[in-house]
Amino acid sequence: MSPTATQRTIDAVWRIESARLIAGLTRIVRDVAVAEDLAQDALVAALEQWPRDGVPDNPGAWLMATARRRGIDALRRRVTLERKQELIARELQTLQQLDLADQVDELEDDLLRLIFMTCHPVLSRDARVALTLRLLGGLSTPEIAHAFLVSEGTVAQRIVRAKRTLGEARVPFEVPGRDELAGRLSAVLEVIYLIFNEGYAATGGEQWTRPALCADALRLARVLAGLLPREGEVHGLLALLELQASRLRARVGPRGEPVLLADQDRARWDQLLVQRGLAALGRAEALSGALGPYALQAAIAACHARAPSVERTDWPRIVALYDALAALTGSPVVELNRAVAVTMAFGPEAGLELVDALAEEPALRGYHLLPSVRADLLVRLGRTAEARAEFERAAGQCANGPERELLLARAAACA
Amino acid sequence: MRFMVIVPASPESEAGAMPSTAELEAMTKYNEELVKAGVMLAGDGLHPSSKGLRVRFDGRDRTVIDGPFTEAKELIAGFWIWECASRDEALEWLKRAPFDGGVQIELRQVFDAEDFGAELTPELRDTEQRLRDQVAERR
Repeated sequence: MSPTATQRTIDAVWRIESARLIAGLTRIVRDVAVAEDLAQDALVAALEQWPRDGVPDNPGAWLMATARRRGIDALRRRVTLERKQELIARELQTLQQLDLADQVDELEDDLLRLIFMTCHPVLSRDARVALTLRLLGGLSTPEIAHAFLVSEGTVAQRIVRAKRTLGEARVPFEVPGRDELAGRLSAVLEVIYLIFNEGYAATGGEQWTRPALCADALRLARVLAGLLPREGEVHGLLALLELQASRLRARVGPRGEPVLLADQDRARWDQLLVQRGLAALGRAEALSGALGPYALQAAIAACHARAPSVERTDWPRIVALYDALAALTGSPVVELNRAVAVTMAFGPEAGLELVDALAEEPALRGYHLLPSVRADLLVRLGRTAEARAEFERAAGQCANGPERELLLARAAACA
Repeated sequence: MRFMVIVPASPESEAGAMPSTAELEAMTKYNEELVKAGVMLAGDGLHPSSKGLRVRFDGRDRTVIDGPFTEAKELIAGFWIWECASRDEALEWLKRAPFDGGVQIELRQVFDAEDFGAELTPELRDTEQRLRDQVAERR
C-alpha cells in the first residue's frame, strides 16, 4: 500500500474508532485530556508503523492496545518519579483496571458516558459543540474551525479550556442517574441540534448550508439513538434531523441561493431520509406519553414531508402542533413560526395579528426572521411599500450572505 | 457520501438456502455495528432469481423472461445503503464484513441529484413531482 493510501486508511480508521477509543481510555485514566493524548499517540504510532508493516487486521483493537500500553508506561514513569504513597496506591489501582479493561460490553457505556461528559452543562455551548465534534465526531481542529468559520487557534483554545474545566470541576465519567437524566439528556440533544442547525442554515458566511456538518450531527443522533433506544425524545431529535436533512439538496438553488420551503422542488427531497425520519417519529410517539420539543418539531416536519404541495399541506394540524410546542417551550421563535402556520391555515390577517403582538418581544430584537416574516405577510395583504421596508430591515439584520441577498431581492421585487 | 454495497448471489442463495445460524449471527452482529455507528441507512436481502423476472426492451416490444438466471455471481443477493464521510471510510467498514471463500463484494457511490446536472431537466422534475402527487393521493 502506498504511503498516501495508508494515510487515508488511518484517517478512515480514526473516524470510525476514535470516539470508542477515547471513551474506553477515559474510563481507565479518568481524564478526557489524557485519554485523547493517549489516543493521539496511538495514531502517531500507526502513522509510523502501518506504512511499514501494513495495516493490522483489527485496526481498532491495535489502536486500543497501543494506547493502553503507552498509558501504562506513562503511569509507571510518573509513579517512579513522584513516589507519593497515596499516588502510588491510586495509580496502581488504575494500572490494575488497565488489565481489566477488556470487557467489550463496557465500550458502549463508555461512549455514552463520554457524550454526557462533552455535553456537560459546566461547559459553555461553544465548548460543548467543539469538544463533542472533536471527541465523538472524530473531526480535527481545522475541520471544526472550518465548519464554524472561526480560526483554528480559537477552536484549539476552546477545546483545551473545555478539557481543563471538566478536570477542575471533577465532572465524573458516568451516565447521570434517573433524577438527573432528563436535564442532562436535553443538554446532549441541544448540542447535536446546534451542530445540525449550523450546517442547515449557517448563521454566517457565504454558504447557505454546510451539508457535511449536517451529516456529522445526523451521525451523532443515530449513534445516540442506538445507545439510548428507550428515550423517546432521542428518537424525536433523530426524526427531526432526518426529515430536515431530506430537504437539504432542495434548499439550495443552482447559484447557491436559498430556496424556501414553498418554492422547493419536492421531487428532490430524499425519500430514504424521509422514510427514516417518519420511522424514528413513530418510535418517539410509541415511547413518549406526551411528545417533547424535538418530537413535536419532527411531527411538524413530517406534515411537510407527507404533503404533495404547500397548498395541500395539513396547516391546521401544524398550527395545533405549534400550539403544543409553544406551550412547552414558551419560545417567541416558536410563536413566530406558529404565526406563519396560522397564515397558511387561516389567512394573512390572522398571522399578521400574531406577528405584531411579537414586535416588542425582547428575545426577538435584531432577529432578522421577524421583519422577514412580517414582510411576507404584508406582501400577501398587498401592502407592498411596508413590505419593502421590512425586507430591507431584515436584510440589515442578517449575517448570512446568500440569505441577505435573497431578502434584498425580495425587497426590490416590492415595487 | 452515500454508498451501495452489493452482495452477489451464490449457488446456495440461488437455491433458496438460508444462511447457517453462525453466518446469521455474524451478519447480525455486523449489521448492529453499522447501525450503532450511524453508518447503515438501509439494507436487505433478495429472493432467488427464480422468483424474479427480466424484461427485454426492443423498440416497442417488451419481452418478459422469467427467472432463474444463470451465472449466480453476476446476480445480486442483497445490498446495503451506507452513509460515510469518505470512500475510505466505507472501504474500512466493508473490510470488517463477515464474508469468506473468495466472494467479491462491490462498493459503489450513489449518485446525488446534483451529479445528473442538466440531464434532469425541469420538465423531468415536474413529471417526477406529478407522480409523487399521485402516489401521495393514494396513501
